[in-house]
Amino acid sequence: MAEVTLNVASHAAMQAVGPAASHAEGQQHPIKLYLVVWGWLFVLSTCSYLVDYFGLHGHLRWSLILVFMVLKAGLIVAVFMHMAWERLALAYAILLPPTLLLVFVAIMTFESDYTLLTRIVFFKTGA
Amino acid sequence: MAETALTDAGKARTRPAGLPGVAADWSSDQRAFKNVSWGKAMMWIFLLSDTFIFGCFLLSYMTVRMSTTVPWPNPSEVFALTIGGTEVPLILIAIMTFVLISSSGTMAMAVNFGYRRDRVKTAALMLVTAAFGATFVGMQAFEWTKLIMEGVRPWENPWGAAQFGSSFFMITGFHGTHVTVGVIFLCIIARKVLRGDFDRQSRGFFTSRKGHYEIVEITGLYWHFVDLVWVFIFAFFYLW
Repeated sequence: MAEVTLNVASHAAMQAVGPAASHAEGQQHPIKLYLVVWGWLFVLSTCSYLVDYFGLHGHLRWSLILVFMVLKAGLIVAVFMHMAWERLALAYAILLPPTLLLVFVAIMTFESDYTLLTRIVFFKTGA
Repeated sequence: MAETALTDAGKARTRPAGLPGVAADWSSDQRAFKNVSWGKAMMWIFLLSDTFIFGCFLLSYMTVRMSTTVPWPNPSEVFALTIGGTEVPLILIAIMTFVLISSSGTMAMAVNFGYRRDRVKTAALMLVTAAFGATFVGMQAFEWTKLIMEGVRPWENPWGAAQFGSSFFMITGFHGTHVTVGVIFLCIIARKVLRGDFDRQSRGFFTSRKGHYEIVEITGLYWHFVDLVWVFIFAFFYLW
């Protein structure tokens, strides 16, 4: 909520100064924050590369890949794309719909299992 | 966004915290995205639609990979490069990942300097971002050439399931197109920044609207999204 009150203040100030200064506001964050996130993205990418380099396999491999992927995606969206400081109404409107893709993933998992089954049954024995 | 701000001047902007605030923002007869300019909101909505496009690509890749009876080629070996006599797995893809992440870092700083109205630094950082992007596309062209020479086609490849080629060309091709468009977009905006269009409030040749430094952030949104998509492609296509 502090964000919102801040915006009220900056909008009021903006109208006092006039349109010329109107876009002096916007997303202002210290450069250091970007550099730290940048560093973390490098570390996480290295980690996910090392997963492949050391040839980890099975559930350990998949879970590590997913963890590093989600962390990287989260950092990019939250800090680089400034979603952490956007109004909640925008954040929900943009971030919630893609989660529906998970439903789609579930549907297609069943579908491809079925396709695989029919292929095994009809192609392998029929040939 | 002076115009919209003036229209909203009389309205109270305070909202309850959390979900009640979201509901209040979305309720009838008002702008849902209060302090977000139309440009930024539209870019976000475009990116949302793009999310579904790439989501569908990755989903179709998942489906063909799960349903094939032929073994899937091992990306770790397919994308290995021989450097100094030793075979390093996936090294080109790793370098491409670092190049793209670096470009995202320079882009984030360009946005920051844009809001500080530092023309030269903003334009320079945007051009560095574009250069990283062009490097990425160049490496991708190299990768495509290598794979095509080795006999990978959308309908066949020497190592296993035929769907590998179609998924690969489709997904990386579409992503590479996005990067290319981003590079062009960055160059256009960097030129405008350097020329001082946003300081002089000059009107754009296409929309005849006055530009603002916010366009740097909007360009940045697109660019970070391209990096974001690569995170998922890297995880699902190359590492899985």
